[in-house]
Amino acid sequence: MRRGFASDLHWSDVTPKEMWLNRRQLMAGAGVLTLAGPAAAKIATVPSRYSTTDAPNSLEEITTYNNYYEFGTDKSDPATYAQRLTVDPWAVQIDGMVDRPGSYDLGNILAGVTLEERIYRLRCVEAWAMIVPWIGFPLATLLERVAVQPGARFVAFETLMRPQEMLWQNHAILDWPYREGLRLDEAMHPLTILATGLYGETMPKQNGAPLRLVVPWKYGFKSIKAIVRISLVEAMPQTTWNMQSAREYGFYSNVNPSVDHPRWSQASERRIGAGLFGARQDTLMFNGYAEQVAGLYAGQDLAVDY
Amino acid sequence: MWARWINDLLRRVPAWPLYPLGMLPFAVLAWQIAVGNLGPDPLKVIEHRLGDLGLQFLLAGLCVTPLRDLTGVVLIRYRRALGLLCFAYASLHLTTWVFLDLQLRWSEIGADLTKRPYIILGMVGFAALVPLALTSNNLSVRKLGPLRWKKVQRLAYLATFVIALHYLILAKVWTVKPMLYFAVAMLLLALRVVNLRRNAPAAAR
Repeated sequence: MRRGFASDLHWSDVTPKEMWLNRRQLMAGAGVLTLAGPAAAKIATVPSRYSTTDAPNSLEEITTYNNYYEFGTDKSDPATYAQRLTVDPWAVQIDGMVDRPGSYDLGNILAGVTLEERIYRLRCVEAWAMIVPWIGFPLATLLERVAVQPGARFVAFETLMRPQEMLWQNHAILDWPYREGLRLDEAMHPLTILATGLYGETMPKQNGAPLRLVVPWKYGFKSIKAIVRISLVEAMPQTTWNMQSAREYGFYSNVNPSVDHPRWSQASERRIGAGLFGARQDTLMFNGYAEQVAGLYAGQDLAVDY
Repeated sequence: MWARWINDLLRRVPAWPLYPLGMLPFAVLAWQIAVGNLGPDPLKVIEHRLGDLGLQFLLAGLCVTPLRDLTGVVLIRYRRALGLLCFAYASLHLTTWVFLDLQLRWSEIGADLTKRPYIILGMVGFAALVPLALTSNNLSVRKLGPLRWKKVQRLAYLATFVIALHYLILAKVWTVKPMLYFAVAMLLLALRVVNLRRNAPAAAR
């Protein structure tokens, strides 16, 4: 029986970072490698042609300015409160219209995957922006491996529900667990990645460890964190912010400077880390990825399908 | 008894030190900007703290009358300072929004001022504070006469309502802090309504 790419390997079988760092030090000590040092102590990735050439935000900015309401509504909350989250063991339930449904250990998902560095613009619906050097792989590769069935039209995602560790799940500020969704063609687009790290390191917990979605042409809340379930479905799935306020957060939520959020303009954005003066810049259609993704929406009125 | 004791004590405390004391939080903020310890997004910290302070001084000013009615402690001598400090922080908050947040993008500022309910409310609140600030001097009291001057000062109630609402509808989800401020503001306004009703027949007599 075909079991897809499932193996006996578990996420916990991955060599701990301390160990492989140590190994590099030994090699450097033996004079094998002259590249040793911090620069070499990174997850092995290949560069991507989809990366922007803009300079990324600092690691500190990326890891201390987060919207992750499971850990609090203040942007500094996740950096503090996400640290209690257990991310190992971690399994993702893949179900719905796929040939090989099941609970996949994260180690299985990552086995044989080529990790790429994708330096992407990130645009929050709150009109601020960052540049993040993600590490990840195209969602399409995972979807191809579980074999999506012809009737599937949407992909639904769910975040972990664990109120003992995600303390704000005890408060009904949102309808937990956090849910997001993409149309299948959006999910299969090469820009859409599942990210497992950033800045050459495994994903910080406040950024959505151990596995999160990154869809760079959509507002940040579409890029769901700490994913435990991926379902291939026929009908457009419910999504958390849309359930909270459908008028404010559409299913598509493509970055679009000409379609305002009812409570604020989307025409421009503030670059985090750009200082007090001159941080505001024009927002680009599809967050600057129009060339790659505009075709997905041919014939759609984006003011209606916001 | 103890209220009189406090009032006697306060007779020796002038109002003017409130101004430098009230501007201390601004000095702290300026120092934090200078050394750069406001985190990854200093603009929002500045904008929000100035807004918070404006609302705090506004609510503090509104506490003066109920405090007298309920306890007999009279702080009316300090209310002008509280009001002017509120106006100072509201002005700084608005200035921050125009110069540092929107960075003089006038078309976007114009769009915000006509389309965004929370911006409109904030602006109405500020507009209501302007005549209060302009008449917060002895000359104005004398020129307008105490009755008309009092009427002008009632704009504070409108300002309180719209400013508390401005803060409440700004958040994406219901969070405790704006709800708390809104509740306090509504309570302080409700005390006025109760007071007006109590005083109405007396005025008719």
